[in-house]
Amino acid sequence: MNLAAATNESLAEASNVLIYSSMAVYTLAFFAHIAEWVFGSRSKVGRTAAALSTSSAKASAAAPAVKAQAGGTAVLERPEVITRSAAGTRDVPDGPGAAGGTFKGDLYGRIAVSLTVVAFLVEAGGVITRALSVQRAPWANMYEFSITFSTVAVGSYLVLLALKKNVRWIGLPLVTTVLLDLGIAVTTLYTDSDQLVPALHSYWLWIHVSTAILCGAVFYLGAVGTILYLFRDSYENKLASGGTPGKFASSVMERLPSAASLDKFAYRINAAVFPLWTFTIIAGAIWAGDAWGRYWGWDPKEVWSFITWVAYAAYLHARATAGWKGRKAAYLALLAFACWLFNYYGVNIFVSGLHSYAGV
Amino acid sequence: MSKANSTGTRQREEDEHGSAHGAAGEQLSTAPREERPDTGAGVPAMSVIGWVRWFWRQLTSMRVALILLFLLSLGAIPGSLIPQTSVDDMKVQAFKERHTTLTPIYEALQLFDVYSSVWFSAIYILLFVSLIGCIVPRTGQFVGQLRSRPPGAPKRLTRLPAYTTWRTEAEPEEVRATALRLLRGRRFRGHEVGDAVAAEKGYLREAGNLVFHIALIVMLIAFASGQLFKSEGGKLVVEGDGFSNTLTQYDDFKSGSLYDSDSLAPFSFVLDDFVGTYEKSGPQRGTPRTFEARVTYNEGADGAERKGVIKVNEPLVVDGTKVYLIAHGYAPVVTVRDGKGKVVSKSAVPLLPIDNNITSSGAIKVMDGYKDKNGKKTQLGFKAFFVPTFAGHGKGQMFSQFPALDFPVLALSAYQGSLGVDSGLAQNVYQLDTSKMKEFKDKDGELLKKMLMPGEKLDLPDGAGSITYEGTEEWASFQISQQPGNGWALGGAVAAIAGLAGSLFIQRRRVWVRAVRGADGVTVVEMAGLGRSESAKLPEELGDLSAALVTTAPVAPEKPAASTSTDGPDATNEAGSRPVHPAEAPAEGAEK
Ligand code: HEM
Repeated sequence: MNLAAATNESLAEASNVLIYSSMAVYTLAFFAHIAEWVFGSRSKVGRTAAALSTSSAKASAAAPAVKAQAGGTAVLERPEVITRSAAGTRDVPDGPGAAGGTFKGDLYGRIAVSLTVVAFLVEAGGVITRALSVQRAPWANMYEFSITFSTVAVGSYLVLLALKKNVRWIGLPLVTTVLLDLGIAVTTLYTDSDQLVPALHSYWLWIHVSTAILCGAVFYLGAVGTILYLFRDSYENKLASGGTPGKFASSVMERLPSAASLDKFAYRINAAVFPLWTFTIIAGAIWAGDAWGRYWGWDPKEVWSFITWVAYAAYLHARATAGWKGRKAAYLALLAFACWLFNYYGVNIFVSGLHSYAGV
Repeated sequence: MSKANSTGTRQREEDEHGSAHGAAGEQLSTAPREERPDTGAGVPAMSVIGWVRWFWRQLTSMRVALILLFLLSLGAIPGSLIPQTSVDDMKVQAFKERHTTLTPIYEALQLFDVYSSVWFSAIYILLFVSLIGCIVPRTGQFVGQLRSRPPGAPKRLTRLPAYTTWRTEAEPEEVRATALRLLRGRRFRGHEVGDAVAAEKGYLREAGNLVFHIALIVMLIAFASGQLFKSEGGKLVVEGDGFSNTLTQYDDFKSGSLYDSDSLAPFSFVLDDFVGTYEKSGPQRGTPRTFEARVTYNEGADGAERKGVIKVNEPLVVDGTKVYLIAHGYAPVVTVRDGKGKVVSKSAVPLLPIDNNITSSGAIKVMDGYKDKNGKKTQLGFKAFFVPTFAGHGKGQMFSQFPALDFPVLALSAYQGSLGVDSGLAQNVYQLDTSKMKEFKDKDGELLKKMLMPGEKLDLPDGAGSITYEGTEEWASFQISQQPGNGWALGGAVAAIAGLAGSLFIQRRRVWVRAVRGADGVTVVEMAGLGRSESAKLPEELGDLSAALVTTAPVAPEKPAASTSTDGPDATNEAGSRPVHPAEAPAEGAEK
C-alpha cells in the first residue's frame, strides 16, 4: 500500500470519529432543547386564547391610530407603518418560543443552539474529511448522502437563525431527526470510502446531487413547519370554537408561532426551493443525457423526482386556489415531501434502477 | 362559538383574490377567479354549447388544473414499481413469466407501458389543454394590464395590509407630485388619480409566471418531437475496426415513427484503443475506474480525420449525432488452420460478458474455407468461454477473478458440421447451434475441449487442423443516437426556471399616497400598500417610501386631539366627509 492510500485511510478513520463525535454533541443539544421546553412550560402564557376570544372586538381595534411619533429632537421622525393581517387569517400573535420567556428556559435554549453549532461544525468536518479521503464529492452512496444531507439541513437552520428569522422552534424536531438520520447512516447504511464508478464521474454530478441535497434539506425544514402548522391550526381552531385543549398541548402549542406564521414560513421555504428543485431535475436530465444516452427514460429515480416536482407544483397551485389553501394545501406539501423521502430511501432500497449507489 | 364562527365565514368569503380590498386588489394577478357554486358554474345549461362552455370553463379552472396535476403524479407511480417495456424489456418478460394471473390485467391496463398508455397520455394532454386554455386569456389580460394604469386609491386606505399616515404643512399637490416622482424613481408605474397617487410594481412576476407555463408547453413539444424523429442504434466494434453511419452497419436500430433514414449524419470512426482500469484492492475490488474508447473519426463523407476520446459521461458529438460508450468486453484473436497447416481464418471474436469480472462466453464460427482431411468442405464451430483473470488450475470453476486481462484463459470445445447459417433463420452470433453438428472427440471419447493460454493451440483429432489462441483484443459497444429538439427542450427548461424564479421571488404590489387638506388647513398624508400575498417586505418598503417622503413633507407639530384618536384619519379631519361605507360593498359587486 502506498503512502497516499495510507493517508486516505486515516482520513476516512478521522471522518468516522468526527461523525460519531457530532452525534454525541447533537445528543447533548437534544437534552438542552428538552430542558428549554421543560423550563419554558413554567411560564404562564395565554396569548393565543386571549387573542382568539377577543377577535370579534378586534376588527375595529385593527384600524390604526394616527401615529406620527413626535421625537424630542429636531431629527426627522419616521411615520410608523401599521400592518393589518389579510382577511381570512386569524390575527393571533406568535408564541414566545420554547423558552416561554423564562430565563432558565432561554439559557438552555441558547446552550442548545450553541451545542448545535458545535455539532454542525464537527459533522461538517466529518463530511469534509470523508470527501478528502476519497478526493471527490461526499455523496456517492447512501451513507455519504445521509451525513451530507443532515449537515446541510442543520446548516440551513443555522443560516436562518443567523438571519434573525424566528426559527428556534425548529431546533428540537430538527436535532431529533438528525440524530435518527445519523443513527441509520452509521448503522445500516455505512460503506467504506471508495472511488466512484465511471458513470458517476461528471461535473454534473456535483451540480445535480449538491442541489438535490440542498433542496431536500430545505424542503425538510418546510415540512417540519407544515406539520407544526397543522397542529397549531387545530389548536387555534379548538380555542376559537370555545374548546379547551389538553394541558400538554396548550403548553407546547402556546409557545409556537401562530398558525398563520408557520404556514407562511412553510410556504416561503417551499416556494423558494421549488425553482432549485426544477433546476436539479433538469441538471439530472442533462447528466443522464451524457451518461446513458437519453435525457429522460422514466428510470424509477427519475419518475419519483418528477412525482415530487408535480406534487410541489400542485401545492403551489393549491395555495393560489380558493378552497384549497390552508390545511388542504398543507397536506399536499407533506405528501410532496413524502415523495421526496421515498425517492431518497424507498427507491434506493426497494426499487432497482440505473441510479443504484455503490453498496446501498 | 357562534361568534367566532360567523367572523370566520365572513373572512373566508372576503378572502378571494383580494376582493376584500375591492377594486384596489383587482387585476393584481391574472389567476382565474374561482367560481363559487352560487355563481352558476355548477348548473350547465342544457344546450350543447352550454355543455361545451361549461366543460371548457371547468377544464381551465385552477381547481381542475390542481386535480390533473395530482392525477399526473399519481399516474406516474405504477411505472416506477412495475417493470416497463421501454426501460427493460427483459425484466418485463421475467415478470410476465412469474405472474401469470396479474399479467393479463396489467396488459389490459397498459401497466407495462405506463408512460405511453392511453390513460397517462389522457391526463397530460388534458393538463396541457387546460394549460393552454389558461395561458391564452391570462396573456391577454396581462397585456391589458400593462396598457392600462394602476387603479385609483380605495376609499379607506386604513383597511390595507400596510398603512401609515402623518400630517404635514406641505401643500397636498406638492406632496403628490413628490410622491409620484419618488415612486417613479423606484421604478413603480404611477399616476395621479383624484386626490391620490396610484403606483404599481412587480409586473415581472406575472410575466415570469406566463413564461414558465409557456416554457412547459415548449418542453413538451420538444420532447414529443424528439421521440417522433429520433433514431438510436447500437454497434459493437473491436479494437482496430471501424463503423460508418449507415443503416446496414448497425447491429440493432430503433427510430421514432416520423424518422427518415436519409437523415443519418454521414460520419465514420475507427476504434484505436479501449482502456479500462479497475480498483485493485479493497472491498470494491474490481469496480471500474476508467473506461475510455480512443477513436479516430471523420466528419462528413470526406472530412479530415480527427482523434477523439469517448468516455462514459462524455459522448462524441459528430454533426448533431452523439456516440455513447455503452459497454465493453474481450475479443480473443484466434487462428484456425486446416489439416495441411493452411490458415483458414484469423479473427478477433467478440464474446459477451456474463458477470462483473467479465467472464465471457460466445461462439467461434468458421463458415467457409475449411476442408476436412478428405478434402470435403465443411464448417467448424467452437463454444468459447473466456476469463480475463483465471483463478488457476484446480481452483474451482472457470470464472474470472478480476475484470482486467491479468491471466487470460480461453476454454474451447469443438464441433464440425453445419452451422445452420443458411437455414434462413436469424442467428445469434454469440451462440452455437449444434443441432446439425458433430462433436470432435478426445482420446476418451468425450467432447474435445481445452483451456488455452495465449499462444497455445488446440489440435483437432485425426489431422483435422488446429485452433490457436493468439492474444486478446478488447471491444467496445456504442450507442449512436440522434434526437432533434434537444436544443428546444434545453431552451424551454432554462426559460422555465427563469420564469419560475420571477414568478415566485418577485412581489407584485401597489402603493397609494393620498394627500388632502384637512379642516384645520394641515395636509393629511396617507400611504398604503397592497401585495398579492402578505409579505414582510411590503411594510418595510412602505416605511422606506414614507421616510423618503417625510424629507419633503415633514411631520407637522402634533395637535392634541389627533394624537389620541383611535378612529383613524377619517374621523379626525374633514377628509372624513368621504363616505365611510365598508369598501367591500362596491367591490363585491364589481367581482361578479
Ligand atoms: C403542466 C402543469 C403545470 C405546472 C407544472 C404548473 C406549475 C405552476 C407553478 C409552480 C406555479 C407557482 C407560481 C406561483 O405560485 O406564483 C403556478 C402558478 C399558476 N398556475 Fe400553473 N402549472 C401547471 C398548469 C397550470 C394550468 C393548467 C393552469 C390553468 C388552469 C395554471 C394556472 C396557474 C396560475 C393562474 C398560476 C398563478 C397562481 C398565482 O398567481 O399565485 N397552471 N403554476
